Amino acid sequence: MNAIYVISGLGILALVAEVFSFQRLLNALVLIGLVAAAFLLVKDGETSTAYFNNMIILSEAARGAILLMIIITALWVWMSTDYLAPEETKTDRTSLILFVLTGGVLMVSFGNMAMLFLGIETLSLSLYTLAGSRKNSLSSTEAAFKYFLMGSFATGFLLFGVALVYGATGAFDVQGITNKLLNHADTIPIFFHVGVILILVGLAFKISAVPFHFWAPDVYEGAPTHITALMATVVKIAGVIAFYQILIMFYDVSSTWHLALETMTVLTLLIPNVAAVLQNSAKRMLAYSSVGHIGFVLLTMISFNSNDGVYSPASKVIFYYLAAYSVASLASFNIVAIVEKNTGHVSIANFKGLFKRNPLLAVSLTIALLSLAGIPPLAGFFGKYMVFVLAILSGNILLALLGIVASLIGVYYYFRIIGAMYFQEGHGEPIEISLSIRVWMFVMIGLSFGLAIFADFILGR
Amino acid sequence: MNFTTLILIFFPFLIALVLFAFRLQQAKWIALITSLLELAFSFYMLFQFNKNESVQFVFNLPWITSLGLSFSVGLDGISLLLVLLTNVLVPFIILSSFGKTYGTPFTFSGLILTMQSALIGVFAARDGLLFYLFWEMALIPIYFICLIWGGENRGRITLKFFIYTLAGSLFMLIALVYLYLHTPNKTFDIIALYEAGRALPIHDQNLIFWGLFVAFAIKMPVFPFHTWQPDTYTVAPAQGTMLLSGIMLKMGIYGLIRWLVPVVPLAFKEWGSTAIVLSVIGIIYASAIALVQKDYKRLIAYSSIAHVGLIAAGLLTWTTLGVQGAMIQMLSHGIIAVGLFFIVEIIFERTKSRSLDELGGIRNIAPSLTAVFIIIMLGSVALPLTSGFVGEFLLINSLFQYQYLIGGVAGLTIILGAVYMLVAFQRAMSGETNLITSTFTDLTISEKLVLFPIVIIILLMGIFPNFILDVSEPAVNNLILQLNQTAAAIK
Repeated sequence: MNAIYVISGLGILALVAEVFSFQRLLNALVLIGLVAAAFLLVKDGETSTAYFNNMIILSEAARGAILLMIIITALWVWMSTDYLAPEETKTDRTSLILFVLTGGVLMVSFGNMAMLFLGIETLSLSLYTLAGSRKNSLSSTEAAFKYFLMGSFATGFLLFGVALVYGATGAFDVQGITNKLLNHADTIPIFFHVGVILILVGLAFKISAVPFHFWAPDVYEGAPTHITALMATVVKIAGVIAFYQILIMFYDVSSTWHLALETMTVLTLLIPNVAAVLQNSAKRMLAYSSVGHIGFVLLTMISFNSNDGVYSPASKVIFYYLAAYSVASLASFNIVAIVEKNTGHVSIANFKGLFKRNPLLAVSLTIALLSLAGIPPLAGFFGKYMVFVLAILSGNILLALLGIVASLIGVYYYFRIIGAMYFQEGHGEPIEISLSIRVWMFVMIGLSFGLAIFADFILGR
Repeated sequence: MNFTTLILIFFPFLIALVLFAFRLQQAKWIALITSLLELAFSFYMLFQFNKNESVQFVFNLPWITSLGLSFSVGLDGISLLLVLLTNVLVPFIILSSFGKTYGTPFTFSGLILTMQSALIGVFAARDGLLFYLFWEMALIPIYFICLIWGGENRGRITLKFFIYTLAGSLFMLIALVYLYLHTPNKTFDIIALYEAGRALPIHDQNLIFWGLFVAFAIKMPVFPFHTWQPDTYTVAPAQGTMLLSGIMLKMGIYGLIRWLVPVVPLAFKEWGSTAIVLSVIGIIYASAIALVQKDYKRLIAYSSIAHVGLIAAGLLTWTTLGVQGAMIQMLSHGIIAVGLFFIVEIIFERTKSRSLDELGGIRNIAPSLTAVFIIIMLGSVALPLTSGFVGEFLLINSLFQYQYLIGGVAGLTIILGAVYMLVAFQRAMSGETNLITSTFTDLTISEKLVLFPIVIIILLMGIFPNFILDVSEPAVNNLILQLNQTAAAIK
């Protein structure tokens, strides 16, 4: 668990960078630190271990998620040198990013409800600030404010739920709660179930599952695009894995939440995908699509059964899906950011003729969108494929069919951007990108294919 | 391990990657040389091929074991013929683009080569999921070819085409996954899928039959799944149309032979006749529409539906006659379709018109074009001694043996085909030379290089069909025998 020291240490280091004026070295330091953290995490071994008096439990699912978040953050820092560049805000922004990561790490590896709460708050507070980090922009401020209001609301639900569960079981830590469930199931009062539902609702806000998603499109659209990219990837990973851990924890009372979760799955598969079709802004469309992808993750979650532990196929499928989705999302949001910087807007019309203006950007975005749409042989296809197989195996055939319909709708709106890039005559200057971003694009293309070709290696984890 | 099939599949793709990476401006030449090398290589494989053995040049490597996916490819007679068709046609298709300048030639040639790889992969796959992967991989290059270089309204039409075929193949994917879940070792291996499918009860087989049939029917296309086809063929650039009708449509027919009938024999016994009736309806329907078409390219697109309907119907009788007829007719239709679409493209390039009302009198000023056109057209209407005759004869014969009424109705295709092809030819080529056609020039060298070999192949296939029939016969007999044995075992 030395990784968490390194990550939070890096955050504090970034804060003092201005004092000792080594801002110029900061990006390099952060990248080195993240690599070190990843290395330490892998070195920790593969068994499930508890730290700090069971406050943190590093299960295999948590370990995978942390590694993924570190990698995605590193890729994010690499692509966001522009966003981090301004001297006067560089240190704040960098440290806030690292605190988001720290919060995410705590969220996925909590062993105690207090730790979960701490993780969520660390992550969210940093994110509220980042969402409003374009201080002169009205939409950015609005996004920050909306996000803050909705976030505090959700945290309220979560806390209330935690309190009820504590009242029923007398325990804050995961072990204590599950023990109580196992041994004294008959003495558990009814408000325990209310608590469980409230905790899930609180987390559903965080992962923006329908019907708790209303904030997502506005916040995603209003926040600076780089921050949107972070929200759609690292934050999603943390939220989803935390949600998953909670479900496992309350597996014994699955009758309480199963129907609610099923309803959420159906809604999350349908509504955002239909709404995405109607969007004219590429950024907002991607926001809806990222909500839609949560639907597929939820589909996996209702398809696991009691024999699966944390090491089950379901957790592997979720991990793989998140990895494929995050890589593609990060790439597409970055390209949206580049186009936004170049043309000033992010409507689909701004992507016209991108293939002529910069072929590499167009091809990278195409591959990212094809992966999001689930077209073989890209990683996104294998992710969706595994979700469907798991759903069919567990008897949710109708939901699997619904998922297929949802992904077909997805093809339609992703291809609107692709169509615009290739065939319409572009108006606008060629877009220049730096060598570093160019290399970054190739890395992302490589990852989109690599995750698919070496899927066995990733699933083996 | 035998790497020949692997090289055959990935050689064009590797060259395509080189073209993309270095943005080479001489891409057309490189692509042409690549496709010729690939052709030579497939002829080498034809001579290495042992007609009496079933699957050869097998390469099998576990890929994603947790999904039961392995990279398993190999060729039998049926696959080999289709690979041969692909590799014969691609050089012609690339050569046919020499007369026209496309922006970013490396993208264009690269996409064609990528498509070639995917098509060979489809015909060679011996693993269900791998088949699906190649099947989808073939869709992406053709989508971009149509999107970037297509005609009017291409955005809307190509998207419809893409979603239509993708929806069909998702049905196929579900069917394959269902079979996969019923294999004892959880594998997509073709033999295991066959066994799993045959062991299923009739109800499940029926569902799988329709899941797979819809996917293949959309690709071919068979009535009533054809609605994407005329628009897409018309809007696509000439090379795209050639790829679509010459080769890609054969993916669907190949799917019927390899992945439908042997997998669910019971359901095939129950629903095969329905599928035949659908195909025959398609023949008449498409021919009737072709009769009144004014747009030459659209007319050939509809004639393509009619021909494919006949192939599917004959094939689904599942007799040696029908399947062998389908094999040779697939090759013949591929060659002829490429020839016809190219000729229409030549006419369009020079006159900027495809309308039969506006054209006329080209015969008077372009004798070599006319001569070539006549032979290809006669191949299309199945005149004896052309390749079209052998296939249609076998197919209609098999349908007559199946049911004389169906055979009779399907036989109308020859008459109707002759009517619409000859009428169109007459209106476009003979008569008075008018304002549009007066500046027409005869064939250029590169056009002759495409069309003369096509004519020669059409005649050779018509005179010596046995050379081709021999290659696929053992594989076809083997498949039919297997099915009869299963049927007998169940009785």
